[in-house]
Formats: sequence, structure tokens, C-alpha cells
Amino acid sequence: MLTLTLLGLLLLVALGLAAPFLRPHRLAPRLVHGLTGAMALALGVAAAIRLLAGGDVSELDLPFGLPWTGVHFRLDDLSCFFMAAINIASPMVMVFADGYARRQAEPARALAPLPVFLAACNLVLLANDAFVFLLAWELMSVATWLLVLANHRDAESRNAAFVYLAMASLSLLLLLLAFGAVAGGDGDFRFSAMREATERPALATVAVLLAMLGCGVKAGLVPLHIWLPLAHPAAPSHVSALLSGVMVKIALYGLARILFDLVGPPVWWWGVTLVVAGALSALLGILYALMQRDLKRLLAYSTIENVGLVVFALGLSLSFRANELFDLSALALAAALAHVLNHAFFKSLLFCGAGVIHEATHERDIEKLGGLVRRMPYTSLFMLMGALAAAGLPPLNGFVSEWLILQAVFASSSLQDNLPRLIVPLTGAALALTAALAAAGFVRAFGIAFLGRPRSEAAAKAVEPTGSMLTGLALLAGSCLVLGVFPVIGLKLAESAAHGVVGVDLPAGAIGWLFVSPLGSGGAAYAGFFVFLAILGMALGVRAFLGRIWPERRRRAAAWDCGFPDPNPATQYTASGYSQPLRRVFATSVFQARETVDMPPPGDARPAHLEVRLVDPAWNWGAEPVRRAIEAVTLRLNALQFLSIRRYLSLMFAALVTLLLIVAAGQQ
Amino acid sequence: MIPAAISALLLQLLHVALALAAAPLLVGSTRFAKSRLQGRRGPSPIQPYRDLLRLLRKETVLAHDASWIFRVTPYLVFSIMTVAAAMVPMFVLDLPLARAGDLIAIVALIATARFFQSLAGLDIGTAFGGIGASREALIGSLAEPAVLMVAFALALVAGTTALPAIARFVLSGGVGVEVSLALALIAFLIVAIAENGRVPVDNPATHLELTMVHEAMVLEYSGRNLALIEAAQMLKLLVFISLISALFAPWGMASAEDGLDFLEVLAGIAVFGLHLLVAAILIAAVELAIAKMRVFRVVEFLGGAFILAVLAVVFRFVTEAS
Repeated sequence: MLTLTLLGLLLLVALGLAAPFLRPHRLAPRLVHGLTGAMALALGVAAAIRLLAGGDVSELDLPFGLPWTGVHFRLDDLSCFFMAAINIASPMVMVFADGYARRQAEPARALAPLPVFLAACNLVLLANDAFVFLLAWELMSVATWLLVLANHRDAESRNAAFVYLAMASLSLLLLLLAFGAVAGGDGDFRFSAMREATERPALATVAVLLAMLGCGVKAGLVPLHIWLPLAHPAAPSHVSALLSGVMVKIALYGLARILFDLVGPPVWWWGVTLVVAGALSALLGILYALMQRDLKRLLAYSTIENVGLVVFALGLSLSFRANELFDLSALALAAALAHVLNHAFFKSLLFCGAGVIHEATHERDIEKLGGLVRRMPYTSLFMLMGALAAAGLPPLNGFVSEWLILQAVFASSSLQDNLPRLIVPLTGAALALTAALAAAGFVRAFGIAFLGRPRSEAAAKAVEPTGSMLTGLALLAGSCLVLGVFPVIGLKLAESAAHGVVGVDLPAGAIGWLFVSPLGSGGAAYAGFFVFLAILGMALGVRAFLGRIWPERRRRAAAWDCGFPDPNPATQYTASGYSQPLRRVFATSVFQARETVDMPPPGDARPAHLEVRLVDPAWNWGAEPVRRAIEAVTLRLNALQFLSIRRYLSLMFAALVTLLLIVAAGQQ
Repeated sequence: MIPAAISALLLQLLHVALALAAAPLLVGSTRFAKSRLQGRRGPSPIQPYRDLLRLLRKETVLAHDASWIFRVTPYLVFSIMTVAAAMVPMFVLDLPLARAGDLIAIVALIATARFFQSLAGLDIGTAFGGIGASREALIGSLAEPAVLMVAFALALVAGTTALPAIARFVLSGGVGVEVSLALALIAFLIVAIAENGRVPVDNPATHLELTMVHEAMVLEYSGRNLALIEAAQMLKLLVFISLISALFAPWGMASAEDGLDFLEVLAGIAVFGLHLLVAAILIAAVELAIAKMRVFRVVEFLGGAFILAVLAVVFRFVTEAS
């Protein structure tokens, strides 16, 4: 199967290379999207089947590449799971893209990098040596850069793509050093050699920290997230869906691969670091999402939140593993992986929906939307399902994995180390706050954008999309519902992968078709199907019952609004007004939110002004000083460009002597 | 002898029917107790039934801008609350639906109801709906971490978050006097007050729209829609009181595990009725004793609940370690 998979990826790359030549043809987008989607579906389904059937680990070594290394591939349970998770949602996005991309200004610009991007992401999963891993990682970065640049005439997009590229290079550099530290002085870059090493590499601490940073940059962990809220809104919506649903997941795969597989048995502080970083990302991500007016930027911050949740659960799993509590480690890992899968579906759905709105209104600012529920009933239904899932509410799929993560938190009292035992409950409370804020955030996003009266001309004239755009949304929304009502589908995959990594099964019957009881029967349980059935049955029953006894008399009238209804849309609550109490409570210190009110004195006819300013600390204290430092250094080094040839020769000589000295010192 | 499955199903139906029947009476008795304590005669405790019945018969007036979300919400919120009520043990442990979700799932269900109600508040596009939804978001996001920490404290003490298992553990007498349970109880009481919009967080009897939270969100509802929303709100109070009684005082509950005794069930119902009565009088007394807070004071109130719940967890760690 490995060979077939590689051939499939090769086909995808070929498709990407051929795309520019197909471009003049009218059907080129449909062909590329269709083939990419079909290939992804084949890969995803094959990986899922292999995972459930419990296939063996397959490896493949090819004799080309670097002369002393060769090229190594491997397909095991963890890579199979991620392959299924990223590839099953993306065909649905491709269905959406078929209708959506055609309406873009320059649809062809995203066409060629798209299959290459997907191929590169899958290649990362198959890599079995650092060389292939980093090569695929970089190919993924470059393809993503091209995709973000699709609207290259927009200065904001160019800036976003540049920041992305800079951060991606940073990530590559950190991972390169991380692999170097794991491989050690002898420099065996094969993963199998790292895996078989009996003692932990001397530089393991450095390697783990570098890997956390390197993958954290790519995954969008706070405070390394600065590229993510820029790149996601800049890209076309189907690309944003893939960035959130696929690329960010590959970064999480890299983290899991290095920490669970390559660097040997974990030390207690690895898990704690990830738990704290994850909780911080989740909380700050959703707080920031609550303050956004740009729909896609809001969704991007929500992606940071969900990445935080997954990293939190991964850290919890590592902590359990460090304490040799393998069954709990498997539970936390399964929860993390289940969330990876669920997030791929609901975030793709939400980004595609944002694309639909942008197509219909040319507006991303939710303050200028409103009333779309009447103009676009189906889109609003699907987006409502996505919002419920993203808010982590039953009976949608987001709830199941968040519930599992909380169950793992509740089990943390069996940890032996005292520090994690105290930190995990407190960060667990941060997760609860995150969940509540997520619910508020998605009420705000959906309520302001879809409900009420239109706040702009464009929103009043929005039209429901047809054909493939709506089909794509329907497929994604349906998957969210099915995965929520029958969580067993996603959890079985996650459980198999966790088994492959930790080597322990969850308790027998933990994951059944009707009940999920992660700690075995008798423990806490959740039955999504029954809950869904009971709510639906009750609602329909009450409606029919009341309608039979007292046939409903219904009348439409003006809104009551305490007797003073004002039809002007400007009298409605705004998104900023909705989040004002939360902003006052939470954002005043974290984001230094400042409100300046300019209230004219009585008699003055000029309008009053309220200005709210937020600061992202990661930009101000993280990225900005670094940028200034780099700028200062490069300005100094600029002088090196204007030396005489004599000076250049002497510099080269000095470099040669220094290197020789280092080599000589190493041989002593 | 009735087969176990059928008797369990019958009991579950009885449970839901009793919950639906008791919820208005609970609210009615609270109002009754309150007015008696104020020295008024007050309406009879069964007044809420009359109100609901009258609302159900009335014509429904919908705003021109009301969408399907506005019309679906009352049915959804009512059925979500009913399902939540069905999942909390009231007079019998181990009902079939009690297995369908733990404490966290019930809290999440209540959050789902809040999600839809907030959306309905925003749907008409009036400022009052928005103000209600916005404040509800604030209160909800402060209450939820406190609930989670309470759940954590309970999970530490009882080893699980499944309600029947916690109740069984408390019943078994293995707890003794536990500081962390007491702290968790106080935290949970504060959350229950906030979640149900009682004084000092919100005033269910207010007539001043600017101070409303819950009432502002449902301002546009009328007729049967309003009846369902009100019934859901009553059920929510019942759910929280039965959560408190199941988690902290489950004495008198019948156990369904080793065959059910008819008398035991009757006794369970009687004890549960007693719990509700005590709760009604307590709520009335508390509401008379304190005044409503400013919205931003609620932050400190609920923050206090969170700190208490954290203390409950820490205490548990300390006592376990010694």
C-alpha cells in the first residue's frame, strides 16, 4: 500500500505541474479540483481501512537521494490516522472549491499549488528520515505560500504571505536543529535509528524544546501564532479551509511523531510544558476571536484555540506516559486525535461558509452583515451546525472530543508528580473558560452575521449559492452531525492510532456504537445518539401535541421592543457591543484593551465616537523586537557588500582557517 | 413481576412526567414563600400552571423579522431542558437516561439551550435582545469554569463524574465530613443562582428592561413560544436543585439496581418533594435578604465561586497527601 500511496502522491505533483498548461481550458479548475479530491478521498479511505483492519507497519527504502542516507518511507498507525483525518475532509472542500474558485478574480493562481500542497502534506506523514521529512515540510511551506499569495494584487495578502514565509523558514530551521540534536554526533538521520537508540540522546532536552518551538510555529501555538491570523483571511476560502483542516494538523503530527516516537521515553516536564502552552493558546486564541470583526480572522483565531486544545491533550498524554499510566495516556492521546479529526470537519465547514458569505456580499466584516438567515436559509443552517460544533456543544462532533479531553483531565489525580497534579486541574479550568467563551464567540459570530436586519446594502441583497458550493457545505455539515451522533466512527480511528503509539487499548467496551465510556463501564458515559434522539423526539412531539390540542394561531406584527421599535438597522446590537462586557472583564489586562469615548457636549451636533484598541502581545513584545533586531543587524552587515576583492579573499581565508581549527579541535 | 427493562422505562417516564409537573409548582411555591415573607398574601403556588395554560391558548405574535431560528428555539430549549432533567437522578438512582451523560454533558446541554436562546435574542434585531444575549454570555462564561472545578472536586472525591455513581458514593457514607465537598457545595450554589437568573445576579420579577438579562432575551416571545420558554426556565431551576440534591444530599433515593420496591420509590418521591420545598423557601429567603448586583459586580461573585471550587480541589490534594 505504501508504494501505491507514493505513486498517488506523485500523480498529485504531476497534476500540479500540469495545471499551468491546462489553464486556458474552461474545465481546468473542475478537472484539477475533481482529481485532487478523488485522490485525497482514495488516500483517506484507504488509510482509515488500513487503520481499522490493524495492518502492519510497512517500510520502504529507496536507493536515491543523498548518497549516505537514501530515502526512507514508513506507514504506521499514527501516520495512517493523520492521513485519514486530513484527506477525508478535503474532498468535501474540493467539491465546494469547484463552485467557489471559479468566482475568484484569478482562479488559476491557486490551481497549480493545490495538488502539490496536498501531496507534500501526505509526504510528511510518510517520511521515515529527517531528510524526507524536512524536504516535504518545506515543499508544504512553499506550496502554502503560493496559495496564500493567490490574491497577490492585494498588499495585505502579500504582507501575510511574507510573514508566513518568514515564520515557515523559522520553523524549518528549528526542526533542522531539533533533528540534528536527536541524531547526535554520528548523524544517523533515519527515524528507525533514532527509534532504536537505547539511551536518550544527550541533547534530548534541546531537541524536545526545538521540536516544540518548530512545530508550534507551524501549528500556530501562542505566542508563535502571528502568521496564522494574517494568512488564513488572506487566502481564498477553500485554501483557508485546507490551511486549518490540513496544514496545521501536519504540524501537530510532527509534534506527536517527535515527542511520542523519536526521542525516547518522556520526562515529566515535557508534558507539563505542552499542557501549559496548549491551555494558554486555547484561552488567548478564543479571547482574541471574541474581539474580531473580520469573520475569517475570527475563525483563524478559533483555529489557534483548537490547536491549543489538541496540544493540551497531547501534553496530558505525555504526562501520563511519563508516569507509566499507559491506559490514561492512550485516552488522552485518543482525545487529542479525535479533536484533530473533528476540527478538520467543522473548521473547513466554517471557512467554506465564510467564503459563501464573502461571495454573496463581498464583505468579511460581520458588523456589515446581518439578516442573512432569511436570504440564505441553507447556508445559515449549515453554518449554525458548524458554529455549534466549534462551540463544543452537544450533539455535534466538537463536544465529543472536548468531553474526552475533560475526562482525561479528571483522571489526572493519578499522576504522581506533584507539579503536574496541580497544574493540570488549573489549566483544565482554563479549558472550561475556553469552552464557555467559544460558545459566546460563536453566538456572536453567527448571531450578528446571520440574524437581525441587514446592516448594509450588500447583505440585504445576498443570494443563496447553488450547486457545488452548497453541496460542499452540506457534506461537511452532515459529517459533523454524524461524527457527533455516532462518535464511535471517529473515536475508533483515534483509538487504533493511540493503540499503535502507546501500545495499550482503552478499556473493553469503552467506545461502543451507543455509549462512549472512556474509563470503562460504570464510569462517566456519553450517548450522543440517545441525547440527539431524545431532544429531537421531544421537540417534534411537543410541537405535534400542542398543535393538536390548541391549533396554533399565528400573526406577524412589528417587533415589540418595549413599545419603541425602530426599524433602522443601526439600532441593533453590534458585534463589538456584544463582546464589550467580556472585553472589559478579560481583555483589559491581556490585550491592553482601551476604550476612548468622545462624547460631544450637549448642543454640539457632531457624532459621538467610541474607539477600542487592542494589542496582541505576541506582536508587540515578540515579533516586533525581533524584526527590529534583524533589521539593525542587516543594516550593519550591508557594509560587507561593498568591500574590495582583497578583503573578500582575506575573509574567505579566515573562514577556512576557523573551520579547519574546529575540525582539528573535534578530532583531538 | 414486571421485566426490568420495562419497569426502568416506566420509571423514566414517571421521572420526566414528575419533573414536568413539579417545575411550575416549584416556581409557584418560591413566589408564594417570598410574598408571605414580605407580608403579602401573594398568588397561590399553582398560579404558574394557570399562566402557562393561558399562554398556550393565546395567539402567537411574531415580529416581521423573526426567522426560523426564533420559531424553533422555544421547542428546542424546552426539549433540551427536559432531556437534561431526565438525566439527573431525582428520586431513583440508575435511570436509563442517567447513563446517557455525566455532569459535564448535562452542563453542556444547558449551554446548548443558552446558545439557542441567545441566538433568538439576537434574531429580531432589537437592542434589548442583544443586551440580554451579551450579558448572558458574560455570566455563562464565568459560571462554566466554576462548574468544571466543582466537577473536578467531585471526581477527586468520588472517582467519577457520572451522577448515579457520585450519589451512590455519598450514600455509602464513605465521605464523612469533607471540607472540599462543603466548599464545592457553596461554589455550586452560587453557580446555580447565576445560571437561573435569581437575585443577586438577575431579578426574575423585574419590570425594568435595562436591568434584565434573561427576560431581555425573551422579550419578543408571546403565546405558546413564551409558554415553552418559561417552562424551560422553570425546568432549569428544577434541574439545578435536583443536581444539588443528587450530588450533595442523595438520601432517600430509591436504588434501581436490585429490583425496585414500590414503597421505596414513593419514599424517594416524598423526600425529593421535601427537598424542593426546602429549596423554594431558601431561595425566597435569600432573595429577600440581598439586593441585586450591578452587572460587573457579578464577575466578583462568580469569581468567588471559582476560587472556592479551586480551593475544594486543593484541599482534596492536601488531605490526600497527608
